[in-house]
Amino acid sequence: MSANQNPQGPSGDLTPHDSEHGALVQADRFPDPGVHEHKPRLTDTDPRSAKRNERLIALLFVISALGTIASLWAYFAVRPDGTTEGVRLSTIALGVTMAISLFGIGIAAVQWAKTLMSNREYTEERHSSASSAEVREAVAVQFKEGAEDAGIARRPVLLGSVGLALALFPLTIAVPLVSSVGGDWNVSKFRHTIWGKGVRLAYDPSGRLIRAADLTIGSVAHVIPDVPAEERESHHWITEKAKAVVLLVRLDPRDLKRDHREGASHDGIVAYSKICTHVGCPVALYEQQTHHLLCPCHQSTFDIADGAKVVFGPAKRPLPQLPITVDDEGYLVAEDDFNEPIGPSYWERLK
Amino acid sequence: MSTTTPTAAEPTTPVGKAADYLDQRTKVGVLTKQLVRKVFPDHWSFMLGEIALFSFVVLLISGVFLTMFFEPSMALVHYENEHPASMQGQLMSVAFASTLDMSFEVRGGLLMRQIHHWSALVFMAGIVVHMMRVFFTGAFRKPRELNWLVGTMLMILGLLAGFSGYSLPDDVLSGNGLRIADGVIKSIPIIGSYTSYFVFGGEFPGEHIIPRLFTVHILLIPALLLALIGVHLFLMVLNKHTQYPGSGRTDKNVVGYPAVPVFATKMAGNFFIIFGVLALMGGTMAINNVWNYGPYDPSPVGAGAQPDWYMLFLEGSLRLMPGQTEIVIAGYTLSLNVLVPAVIIPGLLFTFLFVYPFIEAKVTGDKREHHVLDRPRNVPTRTGLGVAFLTAFIILALAGSNDLIATHFDMSINAITWAFRILFFVGPWFAFWITKRICLGLQRKDRELVLHGHETGRIVRFANGEYIEVHRPLDEHERWLRVNYEAHAPLEIEPATDARGVRRRGYKADRRWQRLSRFFFEDRVEPVTPSELEAAHSHGEHDELEPSHGSPELVSGSRSVEQEH
Amino acid sequence: MKALAARRHHRFAPVVLLLLALLVTGGVYAALAPSPAQADTASTEDIETGKKLFQANCATCHGPNAEGTTEAPSLVGVGAAAVDFQVSTGRMPMQMSGPQAAAKPPQMDEEQTAALAAYVASLGPGPAIPTDEQVDAAEGDAAEGMALFRTNCAMCHNAVGAGGALSEGKYAPALLETSDRNIYQAMLTGPQSMPVFNDATLTPKEKRHIIAYVAEQRDGSAGGLSLGNLGPVSEGLWAWIVGLGLIIGAAVWIGAKSS
Repeated sequence: MSANQNPQGPSGDLTPHDSEHGALVQADRFPDPGVHEHKPRLTDTDPRSAKRNERLIALLFVISALGTIASLWAYFAVRPDGTTEGVRLSTIALGVTMAISLFGIGIAAVQWAKTLMSNREYTEERHSSASSAEVREAVAVQFKEGAEDAGIARRPVLLGSVGLALALFPLTIAVPLVSSVGGDWNVSKFRHTIWGKGVRLAYDPSGRLIRAADLTIGSVAHVIPDVPAEERESHHWITEKAKAVVLLVRLDPRDLKRDHREGASHDGIVAYSKICTHVGCPVALYEQQTHHLLCPCHQSTFDIADGAKVVFGPAKRPLPQLPITVDDEGYLVAEDDFNEPIGPSYWERLK
Repeated sequence: MSTTTPTAAEPTTPVGKAADYLDQRTKVGVLTKQLVRKVFPDHWSFMLGEIALFSFVVLLISGVFLTMFFEPSMALVHYENEHPASMQGQLMSVAFASTLDMSFEVRGGLLMRQIHHWSALVFMAGIVVHMMRVFFTGAFRKPRELNWLVGTMLMILGLLAGFSGYSLPDDVLSGNGLRIADGVIKSIPIIGSYTSYFVFGGEFPGEHIIPRLFTVHILLIPALLLALIGVHLFLMVLNKHTQYPGSGRTDKNVVGYPAVPVFATKMAGNFFIIFGVLALMGGTMAINNVWNYGPYDPSPVGAGAQPDWYMLFLEGSLRLMPGQTEIVIAGYTLSLNVLVPAVIIPGLLFTFLFVYPFIEAKVTGDKREHHVLDRPRNVPTRTGLGVAFLTAFIILALAGSNDLIATHFDMSINAITWAFRILFFVGPWFAFWITKRICLGLQRKDRELVLHGHETGRIVRFANGEYIEVHRPLDEHERWLRVNYEAHAPLEIEPATDARGVRRRGYKADRRWQRLSRFFFEDRVEPVTPSELEAAHSHGEHDELEPSHGSPELVSGSRSVEQEH
Repeated sequence: MKALAARRHHRFAPVVLLLLALLVTGGVYAALAPSPAQADTASTEDIETGKKLFQANCATCHGPNAEGTTEAPSLVGVGAAAVDFQVSTGRMPMQMSGPQAAAKPPQMDEEQTAALAAYVASLGPGPAIPTDEQVDAAEGDAAEGMALFRTNCAMCHNAVGAGGALSEGKYAPALLETSDRNIYQAMLTGPQSMPVFNDATLTPKEKRHIIAYVAEQRDGSAGGLSLGNLGPVSEGLWAWIVGLGLIIGAAVWIGAKSS
């Protein structure tokens, strides 16, 4: 390493890439003029400027220290009461004082390095990234000797058996791990939901039952199967709800062109799975005038009046339809479970 | 080793004594000698990697704070605290409740959460801009190809770290993100359903995913990240940093400032500044206020259901793919409408990143070490490919935001989707073409400048009424910057048959590489050579700095002029 | 019609009495009394005024007797609530056709709106304008409202009511500036693309919970600047603009040579 007081002379060997391209190219290239001459800064020549910067840097460090003190004050004095405003005030106070404390150090350090530390550039030689030929030779010899000491070449059975043992032993960990993390691996659960004949429809999230008469044309209701309230506080429920949610819409019967599933609607009321057949987002943006149902995640659009067929976006299949009817008390009930798996496609969906 | 270092005298200062103690046991002196005055080139763009590194440090610091209060449990509870009012008495997982608790009850908790989340966004952004710098300047060339691979893996780990952390609060927004992930997993042929069970421990969402993601997020990924960051920095120090081209900078040296004090001080300063920016953002800008989304429930979803920005390209890719591509083969469903956008397109993008350095090495046929960076204009095809790649990425990210574009610019979401479907194919191609043209144009501009000098804006009028502009020649530093590069020519390959007419094996492969090489280097602008400059002057077409004119100024025009001074 | 008016009069009698009391004690305030009362004290005179206004401003599209045309739907039976919502938010009369009628400064004053509402209400029974009590956020429960809002509203209007996109250029507007009365009316009548949430699908109490939740959102965000409440996309944009902007700015300063 040498300080660049005397830039290296413009000699041919500084021209890069000279090794493979002929002397002809080499000859007709400009010489490297060498690094720029070092120019002193204002702070190098003017002691008063240097002093000013020194004071400025010290001041920045002091500001940082004050920021830290302010931060401690904010911590103890600005106690959030839990309200939105209280939490916001505390967060801002702590965040801003913390930032002052950090900026003070950061800006001071950089200013110090830029104005007061020497800005003389240095040049350091690089060496080839590769080891020298001798070193490689020596290492090759070492490995050869090691292999000879071990006698691998003479004992091929050992080589094979050690390979076998090493390849197999991870199974002792992997098999229990992999087979345990998948639960019961019973993927046929994708095919069934808790809907079934006679299960009543209820509003999500209140659980109130729904009468057909409740729905006016243009009404939409987000629906869950009617189960006792206490059952709705379990993981089992959340997992079942993830498959069972339904969107209920009442159309003018004249607008309803067809059902996706024959006879599944009731008097203009249709119930479709709310889980998108694309990748499973809840499809819930119902546009009353066009009867289109839009998924907010990837914009698959289904036409509710026309068997929930896809009219736009990345989904392929219509939403599965839940067959519904009305019981003696006027409540909406399911006639059956869905007749196909709800949600996104998977390999063995049709099997 | 004997009891004392053989050469040094007995140290007297406390620092000296401590150093002596340490060195006698570790030989740390040898290592330190290499590092203390090691020279680092200085340029603002070399600090882009520091953005990623230091945001990662901030992530670790704030992350430790968060783990003190976060409970990764999916047990269901009713929220007891008074605030926020909209959450009182709601049924939620312990994970979500503890997130609320640390935000509203722990002083500074919300600040730390927000710093952590902003840092994650800035971390990924730092990685992207750092990769852009490395790519466009050719810093991935030998001997740094391996470090490029390490860096690309760091980026992918960063994506995974972000996604796993984003899902931890168990809110509706991230829960729907997980559900999309589940949908993508299910689309994998043959093993999709089982992989879904593997991830969720049964059917989605089950009761295992949050603790599992927690382990992934705070143990597995950070451990891998730390290890690879170690390798990344070690290789950076081992290879020494690259430097921009310029006077005195060669592939055999490194010009810059010593690690101690200037480089280290600036680096430390930069850490505090970056931390400060993140603290300021965490303190004043709300991010992912999960109580607005509520605890996860499979039924609700919010408009603007999107992942954090670095996953937006996947979201956009899913949004653009038309649904007709789902097909059924022999009764088995192949969801190409999900597989292509969510698996194949990101696969192609990452593959491009992984293999590019090796492809470029092959088509240049260049086996030398490179430590001086390229000016992006001097490698037009690479620059064009990089811009095309970014264009594809940005179009996908914008497609992932198409609903917000629709509402903010009063457009139809369907029209936007169609526009992006077309742009995804046309945009990158056009970006490549125009970028390459711009690069070639800039190179020609450089040639022009070297040959004819700067325009001075001074107009001189001759006696015969002719006007010319006075040109000032470049000084040797300016000129060196513009002529010191290599314009690779397409590969030359051996003929298909040898002298005796025997067909050569491997000719076809060579031909293919040659064709690719032509794509890269057919159009090129050679640097000005001294003889060309000489010719330009003696030709006098645009003039010269022939000493006989007694002036340093180049003059446009075909004859000598009376100079103004 | 008379019978209907009488019944309404009866139902809202306490409010009218309260307003009368206000009139006596503070005449100025009475002049600014909210429109519900005016609509409910609809007289034949109001209906006549409303009819004239209707024929001047609305009949071109909705037909001379509000029976609807190919351009616009019939207004028979939409009720006073629908008219008050559309006219007081400026959506109607429409200035130009587009994917949907946008909110703009109202073109009719309160009296004219009330008269129009009275006229349309007289054409057939429909939802009435809600009372102040029905839309009082203080009476609602924000936590209940949150649960209802995220199931029924958030998919279109965004989690905190910042609005969102629908198909073909339509959109669900932001709710943060919308008055409580208009929010209630929108749920009740299902304007444009919005589905109807009648009093069976969302009970009046539940509607008030929703209003309470939206009202709470107007306090802003506990974390600081809410950045439009648009979720991760806007957060990412701000991370690039503010975060990367400041940090790269600092890097350029650090890398620049000191003079």
